[in-house]
Amino acid sequence: MAIEPTGPRPRRNFDPTRIMIYSVLAVAAVYYLLPLWVMVMTSLKGMPEVRLGNIFAPPVELTFEPWAKAWDSACTGLYCEGLKVGFGNSVKILIPSVIISIAIASVNGYALSFWRFKGSEVFFTILIFGSFIPYQVMLYPLVIITRELGIFGSLAGVIFIHTIFGMPILTLLFRNYFASLPEELFKAARVDGAGFWGIFLKILVPMSPPIFVVAIILQVTGIWNDFLFGVIFAGTKNFPMTVQLNNIVNATQGVKEYNVNMAATILTGAVPLLIYFVSGKLFVRGIAAGAVKG
Amino acid sequence: MANQARPNPYFRNMNAKVAATPMILTTLVVFVGCSVWTVIYSFSASRALPVNEFVGFAQYERLFNTSRWNKSVGNIATYGVVSLIFSLVVGFVLAAFMDQKIRFENTFRTIYLYPFALSFIVTGVVWQWILNPTFGLQETIRNLGWESFTFDLIAHRNTVIYALLIAGIWQGTGFVMALMLAGLRSVDDEIWKASRVDGIPKWKTYIFVVIPMMRGVFVTTLVIIASGIVRLYDLVVALTNGGPGIASEVPAKYVYDFMFARANVGQALAASTVMLTTVLIILIPWIYLEYGKKKQG
Repeated sequence: MAIEPTGPRPRRNFDPTRIMIYSVLAVAAVYYLLPLWVMVMTSLKGMPEVRLGNIFAPPVELTFEPWAKAWDSACTGLYCEGLKVGFGNSVKILIPSVIISIAIASVNGYALSFWRFKGSEVFFTILIFGSFIPYQVMLYPLVIITRELGIFGSLAGVIFIHTIFGMPILTLLFRNYFASLPEELFKAARVDGAGFWGIFLKILVPMSPPIFVVAIILQVTGIWNDFLFGVIFAGTKNFPMTVQLNNIVNATQGVKEYNVNMAATILTGAVPLLIYFVSGKLFVRGIAAGAVKG
Repeated sequence: MANQARPNPYFRNMNAKVAATPMILTTLVVFVGCSVWTVIYSFSASRALPVNEFVGFAQYERLFNTSRWNKSVGNIATYGVVSLIFSLVVGFVLAAFMDQKIRFENTFRTIYLYPFALSFIVTGVVWQWILNPTFGLQETIRNLGWESFTFDLIAHRNTVIYALLIAGIWQGTGFVMALMLAGLRSVDDEIWKASRVDGIPKWKTYIFVVIPMMRGVFVTTLVIIASGIVRLYDLVVALTNGGPGIASEVPAKYVYDFMFARANVGQALAASTVMLTTVLIILIPWIYLEYGKKKQG
């Protein structure tokens, strides 16, 4: 066996290729960060300063007034109650949607990986390819269905819709995860007399926290960021934060208060951003789940 | 003894079937049922409400004689082609650079990917502000001394689509980068060693060896972004609301507006059927590819 040289490889101090790589990455990073910078800076200025027209400059006179106004008293058309209403609605939509959709999809994934029945793979295939159908194609019939069920224009309606459209990706996620577990585990539990629900609740769920976390990240960001379903199925009273933000910013009447708009924008983006920064690699795993087919 | 312990197979199946009922209903009623309903009623004379009077392709004829629809189709085609090429190329280049054992890899990835965590509404609103000709980037640069600097994409009919592109690419490229990076990491190290031994330059290895190997990742990414582009809606609503005039209208917005604001369901259903057809044209070759692969394996 040849003797390998040890220690760090001697390197020129200014390797042009690496300088090029780092500068491209840095320039790209600036492009990605600029909007965040602009948002924060604008939201901390008073309107006279905003009108001076320098979106990059930090505030001369720091003010939190726009934040207070965005949260508490910004106007969306007729009402001037701020984003807090939308925040509350988004939370009310989010929590049940996340719990119900994950509960259903995890059981689906479990049935599809350990208890395959005739036709189960066919349904799964339709489910996955169905997720590529534009929502617009199914909107009108869904309006009819939810109306017939008596839940159109209510919290229950929009939760129902989120559960349906969250199902393909979540089922895929859980199916792939459960399928990667050793089959012996399942067989041993069967021998010990555990049934369908017993195996799921007592064995699989306790050993799968990571995949549940990935599913939660995926659903929280997805549902929080939804606009279309909220505007159609939730009803005016229950408009989520994204709809309210759009109504505040694009309201046709009144003077445009760009600083309040930016504060409102940050507030709306805060929940998914927080989840993103805290979860790190799990977020990447979640979004890649759809791309990496099992 | 064996007989006693073994559960009734029929009953065992029932349990899984009962558990899978929501999935079965979703596939049959929503994905298949609702889509079929939409296609069927796109041939009806529906106005404010769906009616059972079928008129052949009349809705489609009207649709393709509507300037707003034709503009929408043209817009989404431009947006689609440019953003696909751009995000695939930039996403791949960023991923390739990130794969050079660089420092601060996690920081860079976090920066590139955070817009993807945001709502399209947030993205649209932020870029609306940055692109604002009166107080935004244009004014900022002019105040710095470059008086003739012009950057008012959002205000003109011919350029507003590029405003949408800037915002859309900002939001989506990080995602492409993440997928590409995952693909690059799955390339066997032996390939790199072999190409080094043969003295092949790195860029050549990327173009002639690595990219062909990553065909699957490219195709999947393409299908995911393409089917996302077809349903582009929120970003347009927040950034331009279709304006100026109808210059930045898109098909998904046409469907929504005719379905809910204008109470012309027939037009909306015909438009959404065209969207469905487009997605099928993208999807069917992909299904063949996937299916062909499984047959081999």
